[in-house]
Amino acid sequence: MTDASLPAAPAAPARPKPGADAVAKAAAGGRKLTTVYVYEAPVRLWHWVNALSIVVLCVTGYFIGSPFPTLSGEASAHYLMGTIRFVHFSAGYILAVAFLGRIAWAFMGNQWSRELFTFRFWRKDFWRGCFTEIQWYAFLKPRPLKFVGHNPLAQFFMFWVMVVGLAFMIVTGFALYSEGAGPGSWQDVMFGWVIPLLGGSMQVHTLHHLGMWAIILFVIIHVYSVIREDIMSRQSMVSAMTSGYRSFKDDDPE
Amino acid sequence: MALETFYEVMRRQGITRRSFLKYCSLTAAALGLGPEFAPQIAMAMETKPRTPVLWLHGLECTCCSESFIRSAHPLVKDVVLSMISLDYDDTLMASAGHQAEAILDEVMTKYKGNYILAVEGNPPLNEDGMYCIIGGKPFVDQLKKVAKDAKAIISWGSCASYGCVQAARPNPTRATPVHEVIFDKPIIKVPGCPPIAEVMTGVITYMLTFGQLPALDRQGRPLMFYSQRIHDKCYRRPHFDAGQYVEHFDDEGARKGYCLYKVGCKGPTTYNACSTVRWNDGVSFPIQAGHGCIGCSEDGFWDKGSWYARLADLKGSGFGVEANADQVGLVAAGVVGAGVAAHAAISALKRAQHKNTDNGTDNGAGKGGEQ
Repeated sequence: MTDASLPAAPAAPARPKPGADAVAKAAAGGRKLTTVYVYEAPVRLWHWVNALSIVVLCVTGYFIGSPFPTLSGEASAHYLMGTIRFVHFSAGYILAVAFLGRIAWAFMGNQWSRELFTFRFWRKDFWRGCFTEIQWYAFLKPRPLKFVGHNPLAQFFMFWVMVVGLAFMIVTGFALYSEGAGPGSWQDVMFGWVIPLLGGSMQVHTLHHLGMWAIILFVIIHVYSVIREDIMSRQSMVSAMTSGYRSFKDDDPE
Repeated sequence: MALETFYEVMRRQGITRRSFLKYCSLTAAALGLGPEFAPQIAMAMETKPRTPVLWLHGLECTCCSESFIRSAHPLVKDVVLSMISLDYDDTLMASAGHQAEAILDEVMTKYKGNYILAVEGNPPLNEDGMYCIIGGKPFVDQLKKVAKDAKAIISWGSCASYGCVQAARPNPTRATPVHEVIFDKPIIKVPGCPPIAEVMTGVITYMLTFGQLPALDRQGRPLMFYSQRIHDKCYRRPHFDAGQYVEHFDDEGARKGYCLYKVGCKGPTTYNACSTVRWNDGVSFPIQAGHGCIGCSEDGFWDKGSWYARLADLKGSGFGVEANADQVGLVAAGVVGAGVAAHAAISALKRAQHKNTDNGTDNGAGKGGEQ
């Protein structure tokens, strides 16, 4: 990952912080807009830590549910399930702490750092934007709109899977962890109530497992649409999450 | 007539003081209390008026009673004859019919607000409770009547605690656990199908000797017996951590006593004392006998999928699909993957087409942008 402080994009306009006004003005055709610093270092760090944790959690989680074939020899010679569970719990802690850090950064970062947590369902233009994006993906529109941050459809899925979904996985994950940590542990005090609420330990296991599949589906769609958008949309995608700068491919106002 | 103390009742029944004291120390040990508690128990039993227990039977199979009468520590004969003064239990009592019902009324009046109600089974609520009739009346009426003046209620077994088999989908009689019928009394859940005998006598002994409820967890189960999962204290746990499992019943792993996780053991999701207290005077418990735990002390265990599969059938979670999370997930991932591939192909095709048009008319993108 490139450090944000490096002059990664020397072609960037010499504006220190492109505020909402500047962007709006530029989008409206007032100024030439080529590159905007969108994803600050903590956001990018969170993205990649989160991505790595999710991969580790999915793989280890799957093998906790369906363990490897039996090992022979003495029990004391192995600790396979123990290790897999340890890695799962460690990655879970990392994901949870990173998630909290990401929430904190939403209060400190730029305007796009808050985008992940917002779901403007009360705004008509949000739903209109979603509809336009669906048209674009359904090949009904020859050209998409330009976005500095996420498009409304992406924002919708980001909110429901990466905020609500991850929160659900963290809460159910710690609730299951509390079963081993035992009554009175902080995990039990904070999350233990989830187990009777959702209908018992077995049920929480099943829901946690389904949550994994929801995230896997999200990852498939996320990776595909990012690569596709990188090629076909009017702004850069992949490089934006490494360097933090999003560049636009044309200067058309709309 | 003054109310008799436990001690007086025991002496009247011919129990010597020596036996009484022995009994007190055994009880203290059975409850996991230190030796200094034995005199406290003795003191309590000498001074406190005995607390009668009324034991009602609703929709159930009597397995709780069967378990209870096999208690070894304390012996159930001590509990029944000298200790709990089980004044009404239509399965165990000698009297029957009007005589039996008269005792129920007598105890309820004499010990108003001071007796413990133990419920085995649950009331079915459909058809005004007609699926379970006791003494000519629906069980739910008897339950409400006796609960009204009870000090506390013990829900024996999974029936009274959660509903159990009669409440399994589709629950035709609307069998309902006690805590969803009685709201104004403290209720202790002692789940299990049946609960372990020593757990039953242990709970009842604790309540009678200390005159208070044992410490309960969020779901109202006594922490001293239900605070850990079977898995947490299972003697096969080292095989679980090592990654050594029974793959099929009767395989090499089964003979060697490996972990039963892969053949559907519910130990990791079941709170009970089986792996510590065990059954039949500590002789064995299901996992020790080579069969996975079926999770009989958990809410709705009949509806949570196969006892022989580790991953639950989603039908049990109310999703209406007879497949587990992995099967559903793999199909969904396959569909989404195929969708993505098709979308990518169409996108490439469109792009190629677009480029051709661009080369031909040189205004394809411009047109789009002007919209």
